[in-house]
Amino acid sequence: MLRINNIFKTFNPGTINEKTALRGLSLELAEGDFVTVIGGNGAGKSTLLNAVAGTWKVDEGSIFIDDADVTRLLEHQRAKYLGRVFQDPMTGTAANMQIQENLALAYRRGKFRGLRKGISHKEQEQYREQLKILELGLEDRMTAKVGLLSGGQRQALTLLMATLKKPKVLLLDEHTAALDPKTAAKVLDATDKIIGKNQLTTVMITHNMKDAIAHGNRLVMMYEGGIIFDVSGEEKKKLKVADLLLKFEQASGGGMMNDRMILS
Amino acid sequence: MDVMTLINALPGACAQGLIWGIMAIGLYITYKILDLADLTVDGTMATGGAVCVMMMLNGYSIGIALLCSFVAGVLAGMVTGFLHTALGIPAILAGILTQQGLYSINLWIMEDKANQAISVDKYDLLVSLRHVKGVPFYQNASFVTILFIIVIIAILYWFFGTELGCSIRSTGANPNMSRAQGINTNITKTLGLMISNGIIALASALFAQYQGFADVNSGRGAIVIGLASIIIGQVVFGKIRGNFAFKMLAAALGAIIYYLVLQVVTWMGLPTNFLKLFAAVIVAVFLAIPYLKRKYFTKPVKRGGVEHA
Repeated sequence: MLRINNIFKTFNPGTINEKTALRGLSLELAEGDFVTVIGGNGAGKSTLLNAVAGTWKVDEGSIFIDDADVTRLLEHQRAKYLGRVFQDPMTGTAANMQIQENLALAYRRGKFRGLRKGISHKEQEQYREQLKILELGLEDRMTAKVGLLSGGQRQALTLLMATLKKPKVLLLDEHTAALDPKTAAKVLDATDKIIGKNQLTTVMITHNMKDAIAHGNRLVMMYEGGIIFDVSGEEKKKLKVADLLLKFEQASGGGMMNDRMILS
Repeated sequence: MDVMTLINALPGACAQGLIWGIMAIGLYITYKILDLADLTVDGTMATGGAVCVMMMLNGYSIGIALLCSFVAGVLAGMVTGFLHTALGIPAILAGILTQQGLYSINLWIMEDKANQAISVDKYDLLVSLRHVKGVPFYQNASFVTILFIIVIIAILYWFFGTELGCSIRSTGANPNMSRAQGINTNITKTLGLMISNGIIALASALFAQYQGFADVNSGRGAIVIGLASIIIGQVVFGKIRGNFAFKMLAAALGAIIYYLVLQVVTWMGLPTNFLKLFAAVIVAVFLAIPYLKRKYFTKPVKRGGVEHA
């Protein structure tokens, strides 16, 4: 479903800030795979997702989604294949537009936008049903501006927008990192529910090792722009946080632990 | 200070304010919906009039002349959009470049003259400063302009409710999210600039008819007047909860208030020379108020904070 072949990306080449964020990374996801991605700060996790999303073009290598070569497509052209939820709750929604208008925008992802009505009555009913899945009471506030919602509500809404039209690949970039633990758990629950119901191929970045183990059928650890550990199936289920810490220590020579990973 | 002089001047101020109200509605699209300051308008506000007057002097009907003015504005917006999106020039600078280029083009349109007169006696003009009172209501400049405003707001209200219109609104609200939803934000931005400048050129065409001449300098400072109208409209009518159509109407009403205030201050003895300074000060003050309010007059939140879900 998603095939990443040997991609490289260097930011600010030739300057003092030069940073190679991806070094020959390859990853292949089968249909229905739910991969969690962990790694320290600067390991290239978000860079990987942005490479797939087309925020910029990779320097080398190729990316295929469902056998279509998207390596040279622009961000908005790839959007029809992808659902995305960002770390910052402000990024995924338009604050000064209504909840239902945001959903209607997402519903037309990959379609031509012409002079038909921006939102039809039939759709509104459909959105009401969809919003009920989130169990946040948003179905009764469909005409409220998204800016009035809390961070957790906005992330849940973004998640719904990302999956309203079934994406080929769902990209979750630490989408619960900015939320308090209780809300984060709620949003993660909704994530599992929606992914399970639609059998979505998913890449989820997280800083939380427990979450990385508890969710999905496959786990990938990144370090310095490459994948250093890739585990799935039964082996992944048996994984403990201690195992991951050990792996991480081995890869980084012990000195690169970061507090967020230990504490979480 | 004779009160009658003021009262006699009011219908004219009202008509002029309404015409600039159309301009304010056009500016609203870029300033409020797309969230970018488009300085093209200082050029477009002269181009529309130049095109309209020259076409009529050359024997074309008022309808065709207005249509061509609109198209000229659309093209100007397209140039700014191209400079901004395809060539990556910051929006403000892109607008300034187009505006600068338009100055030469405006002179060229007007056959190298700084202004071109058109008489309401010889030509079938829609609005004229001689038609602000004492004429049948359907010839009244204010009445005709109000019709224009109603039609323009109705069309825009419909348009920004369509799929395409919604994608322009979301581009202004959150470009990252818009691209993630498959919207080509370069195209939507350019489209917004085109519609905005088209409407402003229309306002310019009406303004030239109203004055009885097209002037290459008539757009100078237009953005300040437009911003003043939008902001005054927002301050005066912002408390009234209204939909999108009402917000555009508020911008147009803001323009009328602006012109009435101008009339009053000139009547009170402000030399006309200082009108532009006065306009700049008004805009600066109203732009500063929300910031200063937040900074110095925010009530401290009680311990425990405000409840949020």
